[in-house]
Formats: sequence, structure tokens, C-alpha cells
Amino acid sequence: MSGTLVPEAPVRAAVPVERRPTDWRTASMQRRVRQRYAAERRFRLLGLAAVVASAAFLLFLLASMLARGAGGFVETRVALPLDLARAGLNVTPAQLRGPRADLALAGAGLEAAVDTAAEAAFARGGGAALLSDAAWLRVREAVKRDPSLLGRRVTIDVPVASRLDIAFKGGGTRADRAVARSLAPRLSRGLNRDFFRGADSTDPTRAGIWGALKGSLLTMVVTLLLAFPIGVLSALYLEEYAPRNRWTDLIEVSINNLAAVPSIIFGLLGLAVFLGTFHMPRSAALVGGLTLALMTTPVIVIAARNAIGAVPPSIRDAARALGASPVQVVFHHVLPLALPGILTGTIIGMARALGETAPLLMIGMRAFIAAPPERLTDPATVLPVQIFLWSDDVQAGFVEKTSAAIIVLLVFLLAMNGLAIYLRNRFETRW
Amino acid sequence: MSPLALAFVIAALALIGWITGRARAARFRRGTTRRFSSLPQHHGWFVAMGTLLPALLFLTVWHLTSPALVTEAVLATPGAANLPPPGLDRAAILAEARNLAAGHAFGAFHALSEQLAPVYAAAQARYDWIATAVALLLAFVGGALSFLRVRPGFSARTHVERVIMGALLGASLIAIVTTIGIIVSLLFESARFFRVVPLTDFLLGTHWSPQVIDPRDPGASLGAVPLFWGTFFIGAVIAMAVAIPFGLMSAIYLTQYARPATRRWVKPMLEILAGVPTVVYGYFAALTVAPAVRDLGVALGVSWASSESALAAGAVMGVMIIPFVSSMADDSLSAVPAAMRDGSLAMGATSSETIRQVLLPAALPGVVGGVLLAVSRAVGETMIVVMAASGVATLTLNPFASATTVTKQIVDLLTGEAAFDSAKTLAAFALGLTLFVITLLLNIVALIVVRRYREAYE
Amino acid sequence: MSNAPPKMTASGVDVFYGAKQAIRDVSIDVRQEDVTAFIGPSGCGKSTFLRTLNRMNDTIPGARVTGDVRLDGEDVYAKAMDVVQLRARVGMVFQKPNPFPKSIFENVAYGPRIHGLARSKADLAQIVERSLTRAGLWNEVKDRLGDSGTALSGGQQQRLCIARAIAVDPEVILMDEPCSALDPVATARIEELIHDLRGRYAIVIVTHNMQQAARVSQRTAFFHLGQLVEYGDTSDIFTNPREERTKDYITGRYG
Repeated sequence: MSGTLVPEAPVRAAVPVERRPTDWRTASMQRRVRQRYAAERRFRLLGLAAVVASAAFLLFLLASMLARGAGGFVETRVALPLDLARAGLNVTPAQLRGPRADLALAGAGLEAAVDTAAEAAFARGGGAALLSDAAWLRVREAVKRDPSLLGRRVTIDVPVASRLDIAFKGGGTRADRAVARSLAPRLSRGLNRDFFRGADSTDPTRAGIWGALKGSLLTMVVTLLLAFPIGVLSALYLEEYAPRNRWTDLIEVSINNLAAVPSIIFGLLGLAVFLGTFHMPRSAALVGGLTLALMTTPVIVIAARNAIGAVPPSIRDAARALGASPVQVVFHHVLPLALPGILTGTIIGMARALGETAPLLMIGMRAFIAAPPERLTDPATVLPVQIFLWSDDVQAGFVEKTSAAIIVLLVFLLAMNGLAIYLRNRFETRW
Repeated sequence: MSPLALAFVIAALALIGWITGRARAARFRRGTTRRFSSLPQHHGWFVAMGTLLPALLFLTVWHLTSPALVTEAVLATPGAANLPPPGLDRAAILAEARNLAAGHAFGAFHALSEQLAPVYAAAQARYDWIATAVALLLAFVGGALSFLRVRPGFSARTHVERVIMGALLGASLIAIVTTIGIIVSLLFESARFFRVVPLTDFLLGTHWSPQVIDPRDPGASLGAVPLFWGTFFIGAVIAMAVAIPFGLMSAIYLTQYARPATRRWVKPMLEILAGVPTVVYGYFAALTVAPAVRDLGVALGVSWASSESALAAGAVMGVMIIPFVSSMADDSLSAVPAAMRDGSLAMGATSSETIRQVLLPAALPGVVGGVLLAVSRAVGETMIVVMAASGVATLTLNPFASATTVTKQIVDLLTGEAAFDSAKTLAAFALGLTLFVITLLLNIVALIVVRRYREAYE
Repeated sequence: MSNAPPKMTASGVDVFYGAKQAIRDVSIDVRQEDVTAFIGPSGCGKSTFLRTLNRMNDTIPGARVTGDVRLDGEDVYAKAMDVVQLRARVGMVFQKPNPFPKSIFENVAYGPRIHGLARSKADLAQIVERSLTRAGLWNEVKDRLGDSGTALSGGQQQRLCIARAIAVDPEVILMDEPCSALDPVATARIEELIHDLRGRYAIVIVTHNMQQAARVSQRTAFFHLGQLVEYGDTSDIFTNPREERTKDYITGRYG
């Protein structure tokens, strides 16, 4: 203890009053320790319960949608006996093979013939009202495939009306279910292809999601083409080149705020600027895409900035030391390394945009669109909005269609998120 | 020439420029061992940009200004003499004529529109040809001039990189332009609203029934206080009562107790919970949760329990927000240095004591920030309340009663009403402005809380 | 050299991190009245072994400890041994001072509070005062007990951590390189403190500074590659080591 470096007097005050050392073996101490362990167990259990409950919420939500929506993919058909020879349709086989076959058959009265056949076959059950409005279209397709049907008797499975469809699946009133039971030998189930091929309709058995899917696709394309380049380029600028001054701080704060602005505000912006000032067509995929691009760009910027910032400075230093220009450093070295993270963030941002409803309602996508959009400027709708519009309809048939559409939407989103997670796990390097 | 064809031609010209520029640069590199500042491809890009950019710039400006020019031309024709004086009517007729000419519409309300449509089409076609010619001329000239500058001493790379940097800067500015756009459009429309309805009526009035607006005193039925209350009640009270316990305890379990394997499964599950679209939550709330809540209310003795209760909407919103609270709390708890945890455990504290008395207080700023951000998200949420809550604006403390929020009213106000200038439409913008301000304040406060009170761990 | 049984004993202790073996067959005694130093090159396992004495390795997933470790003759790793009590009896001070983000008073009061050692508020205040005094910090902080513990200087923070450990009335204090993050002045004060605390608490100090070990300890253990190479009186180890490896380390040939 010689030659201390301590300049001032060492701190060694008088030792205070002695105390007996803690006796851990007393009953009270032991009880206290037991209580503490019990509290520990309870706390841990509470945490586990919270995690389990959250998982249970999710499972309950998904199971509920699955249960209600499974029926939407299935259509009920009835075997309809048709005597097309007797119906006397004035169509030649040549016409049936040509491009105007649909017109010819419609003009010849195929629909009426089908109705008559239904009246005859189901006189007691309800007649033509049992058939869906699309039933005659099924017969039309069959006739086009096999023109010989026009000359003979045949039984074709056609879709039934919504009431019977729901009754056969177990819903509806008791009277309806009784009708379904009585017709059971002639009823069959099959995959509802019209759901995937058709657009919106007032008849639940004919309602399909293709119109909405195409609208979603067009809108997403517009969003991606705008948000990705602008987002990534902004992120590159802010991370790599921007000087640290008041203006860039302002840009940064703006972007962070935009990412947290409620989506409906972007809808209001779209309404005021794109529809109001620029007079763009209402409810068009182009306008929807522009609005969603405004909403998605900040998300991509933030994700890209994180990915770019994660690339270690040593790589940039090495490139610079070889004489690379700033643009070369970024585009040859930093961007490729940051790309997995950027892609992951982009996919997540696009998944969020795919599920958005409110901003698109604002720009007018809440009309009844009976045909899928052809161009970017045609009136369109997107899948979440379609779900919203159907959810208002109280017909039982639409409940299962809405849930089925939700299942389709969730499948898409799950696929996108799954892809993002896969990319992240596969390509993310931990520096 | 259609826009697509024009773009194709200009792109082809740019490609030609790239090829020739690069070839020229390659030629004068041959035969010497001198070091050049730019590669041949940089010269190629320089020429390509010289071709593209002037034409592109011109077309952009043209696109923004030509509609006015075309309209001027149409107004100068004799057929336009029958038009009403400048105003809404005239604008409507001109818009119809424009749509007819462009093929966007097939019928017209005004007979005059059908007459003017061909005039419009002719004028448009004339101006289109002018634009095409000028664009192509600019492309040629720009390309030629750039080509001539390709010389041994020319540092094309610097110029090209400068253009790239300009593009980067431009992209960043779009973000700021968007923010300005939001604020300006909201302010503009709201200003028009507040000219008709006094600010105090809007912010302090307690009666909201936009269906029956008295033109003499519109402010009497546009008092937004019930909306603010409903938003607060559903989003900040009920939703948080669900989200905070589940979210915080999940985060605690995941960071302190769970095995790495468990964490690997649960985190994606929470991400899925966050990724479910709000329209799905809304449908679920309306279809399954709301009837159950009403039955619960009736069973508890509240016979007037609504089937569009605040509790149903708020509870589902809370479930949706659990992942936000959980992930912010997770990040904050993980940021507390392990030394702190070790120090507490080394003294014989149990894990729960360590969490409650050391880790949570240390992580508190981050957790509080996360909660504020979650509230901001809940307040801005639209679809769940649109589908599961009602439009009836009341001031109630009963969770089984129905309430409405700012976001639902925005949606309701803007549907059905076609006229852009009515008090209802403008009220929606005023509500939007209020919502924007509230969420902005919440985000700023969250940021300040996290920054100022975070312990500085070196 | 007293004849009392050693406070803590270890025999045949192995420590595994997953498949990797970090500590190989270490046996050692820690006596109540001595300051025992663990020295050795970095990565030799001295900190790992220190942590087996108060079961802090339990908090590391994948860590496994085999062998016999006893405190006053009781097996520390037995099921019957309550780890919460163990860690109150065997305290630890860490390399980097880690005061809680609470007030100075609350930092020291934390331990007595959770273990219920104070009978009343006044009792608790007394415990705090005594602990801070024993740690040589009382006079410097007695007027600002409400200030945050993280506002102190590095040396003061470490003394606060020592006070915190003392407040739960331990029998053994383990110190894992307590001075390596401190400047020479603060280091000297900690060394003085160790000298004062000796005897009341059995102290085990891990240090990479041989001169420090020579200054503060009576017994020294030299670790190398997870094994205990030599253990004996400090003066013997530093002037007349028996093992070749010990001699090489002492003379600075490696480490």
C-alpha cells in the first residue's frame, strides 16, 4: 500500500453499528422466498397467456373466415332435363361454330327454353325460380361445345338460385331447407369457377372476384412502378449523399411523418388533387395507384434507408480507396448489398397497399363495377373494396362470397409476406 | 402519333445515341495507353441523356399546359359562341365535350357538348402534332449536340453522375412535395369550410347530424365534439385496454422468458396479425364480434346494448394493434443492456422482480413512445369503425352503446354526395385536417419522449 | 493461516458452452479471511469460473456446469439450493459499472427491499448508509442520495455497485475485473476498499493486471486455457512459481 496515487485523504469513516448477519433459515425468510417464487411463476404464466391469447385471436379470426367462406367456392347444381329438339331452336351448327354463336343462341330463345324446361321439371318445387339467372349460360356453353345437343334430349347440371344454394349448404329458412331436401337426389356440388372468372353481380351465385382482382393488379402495378424507384432513389440520396443541414432534416422528418399518417388522409389528398385539380377519371386504377404510391413511398424509403445504413462503412472505404466515384461506390457496392433488405421492405409495403380500402373509397372506387377494367383509366375496384361492398349485402349468399373473397385476399397477402420473410432469412447477412 | 408510339420513338433515338456515343468514345481510346476519366459507356449514357432529357422535359411541361391551350382554341371557334358565360355550367359542358372527344364517355347531357366534341377533337389533334414534332426535334438536336461533345478530354462520367444525383435529389423532394400537398389541400378545402361554419361551432359543438344541415346555420349540426369523443373512447381507451396488456406482456415473455425456438415462431405470428387487412378485421367485427358483444351486454343487464357497439369495434381494433405495442416494447426491452439484468440477477432477484423493478423502468420511454404511436394508429383507423360502429354521434361512457369516430364520418360524408363544394364535402376535409393534426402531434410527442428520456447507454 | 474450513470449495468443475468446453477439472478453495485473485491471459476462463460460484452461468442458454461447488459445505448446484438466496450470500461486482437507472439511494436499497431485509423505513435508510460508508462513498453522496446513479463518475459508479452488493449482507463478494474500466486514481481507491473489506467478506477478484493481484490478494490462482495451472500464496506465485507456464506468464512471455 505504499506510494498511493490518491491525492486526498482516503475515505475511511468509522464503521457504524454492527448488525447480525441475515439468517436465511428462519420461517419468515423461507416463506418470503417461497412467495417471491410464486409471484415469479404467476408473472411468467401471465406472459405466456398473453402470447397464447394473441395466437388464439389470430387463429379464431382465420378459422371463422375459413368456415364462413369455404362454401363460397362451392356451387350447387341441379340436374335439368332438357328436350332441345322439341324446343325448336332455330340455330344451325355452322352458326354455333362461328364468332356470333352467343348472339345466335340468345336470339333463338335458349333462355326461354331453359325456363320452360325448369317449369316442367320442378313444377312442385318452384319451377324456373329454382335456377340461377346464369343457368341458361351453362346450357349455352354445353351446346357450343357439342352442337348435337340441339337435336336430342339431355340432362345438364346447371347452377341453382342463391336461396336453394344456401339451403342445400345448410342455411336459410326451414321451408327452403325442406325444398332442398326434396330435390336432393338431383342436386350436386362442384367448384364455383364463376367466382374466379366473373365480376361483380347483384346475384350472389354469379358474383365473382375477377373484376376486383384485375383492378387490384393494375393498381398495384402503377403503385410499384412509382413507389419503388422514387423510394429507393430517395433513400440512396438521404443515406449516402445528403449533407447534414436543415433542409435534409426537414425531408427526413417529413418522410417519417408521412409513414405514420392515416391512410384515409392520402385518400382525401387523392380526391382533392387528382380528381379535383387534375380531373383524372374517377375510380380509375391509375388514380388508385397514384394515391397508394404516395402512401407506400415513405414506407419503402424507411426500409431502404435501414438496409443501406446496415452496409458497413468499411466497404465504402475500400471502394473509395480504389478510386471509385461516389456514384460508383453506391451503385456498384452499397446497393447490391442492400438489395435484399430493400426488396423485403418493398414487398411488405406493397402487401400493405394491397389490403388498403379507405383511400380508394375516397377516390370513388365504391361503385358497382359490372365489368373488369380494360385500361388504366377504366372504372375499377380492388379486392378489399369489393369485400367491403359485399359486406353490406344482407343476402346469405353474399356472406359466404365475402368470406371467400377474404380468404383469397389473405392467401395473396400470406404469400407476399411469406416471400418477404423467405428473402430476409435467405439473403440477409449479419455484419 | 399516340403517346406510346412517341415514347417508343424517343427511346429508340436515345438507344441510337447511346450506341454511337459509345462507339465514338471507344474509337479515340484505341491506340493510346492514356488513362481516361470516363469509360466509353459513360459517353454513351451522356449522349442518351442528351437525347432523352430535353424531350422529356418539354413533354412534361406541355402535358400540364396544353389542356388550357386547347380549350382556348376551342373557345375561339364560332361554335363556342353559344356557350354560357364562364362558370360551373360552361366548365361542365367543356368537360363533357373533352370526354366525348377522348372517347371516355358516350352520351352527353348537354346538346352543346355533342356539337363541340368534334371541334375539341380537331384542336386536340392539331396540338398533338405540334407536340410530337417539337419533341422529336428536341431529341434530335439534343442528341446531336451531345454527340459532338464526345472528345478525348471530355469527362462524360462527371456529367452523367451529376444527372443521376439530380434524379436522386428530385426523388427525395417528392416526399416533401407530398407533405406540402397534403397540408395545402387540406388547409385549402378546410378554409372554405370554415368560411361557412365558424371554427368554434365545429370544434366545440356537441351536435352532429350532417343529414339535416340548415343552410342558415350549418354550424349547429356540424359540431364535432361527439366525433372526437368517439374516436378517443374507441381508439385510445377501449382499444388500448386490449392492446397494452396483451402487447406488453407478450413482449416481456418473448424477450425474457421464451426460448429462441418459441421466439422464432411467435414473432412471425404477430407479424401476420399486423398484416391482416383492416377490412377483414372490420368484417369479422361486424359479423362475429358485434353480435356476441350485444348478447353479452344483454346478459349483463344492458338491454339496450347496440349491435354496433363501441366495445366491439374497440376490442377488434385493440387486437389489431397488439403487434405494434408488442414490437415497440420488444425493441425497448432488448435495448436495455444485459449488464443491467445481470446486475439485478446477481443480487438474488427473481426474473419477474428484475423485469418489474429494473428493466421496465429503464425501457419505459420506448414503451410509452410505442403506446403513443399505437394510439395514433388506432385514431386513424377507418375500416373497422366503418363496418362495425355506427354513424350515430353520441357522447356516451357506455361501451355497449354505439359511437362514431372522425374517420367513419369522413367516409360517410363523402359517399353519395356528388357535389364537390357542399358543406358536407368540405366538412370531410375539415375533419381530415383535424385528424392529420392529432396524429402528427401524437407522433411528435412519441418521438420527443423516446429521445429525451431514453437513458444514455454508451 | 487459520484452520477454519474454507468458505467455498470447488472440485472437479467442468463448464461447457454447448459442445465447447470452457473450464476443465478445476478444484480450488476460497478462504473467508483471504482475498483470492484469479489471473491468466484473456480467454483463459477465469471469468467463466468465477460465474460458476454464484450460478450466473445459469442465465446463459446452453451453458452446463458439472462438478462440485460448495458454500459452507452445501452443494450450490443441488436442487435444494435456492439460487435466489445463493446470489444474496455470494454477491458480484461486474467489469463495467452497471448502476440501475434509479437514484443512488434506490440503487443500494434495491437488494434489501426485494429480500425483505429491512424492518422499517428507518432501518432501510440505515442499511443504505452503512453500505455506502463501507464502500467508501458515503461522504461524497450523502447530500445527493436522490441523484441518479448514472450521473456519478466511473469510479464512483463502481463503488456504488460495491455498496449495492454489500447491502444484501453477502458472505462472499465476487469481483470480475472491477477496475479495468476505471482510471488509475479510481483504481487505487477500489484497491484500498478491497483491503478494508477483507476479512468481513471473502473476496475473489478476477484481474488481468498482475501487479494488482500482487497488491491486493493473499492467495492467487493462475488459469490457462480453462485449467487451473497453479494455486498458492500470492508471494509464492509471484516470486517462486512452480509451474513453467506460470513462470512464463509472470515474466511476460505471453498473455
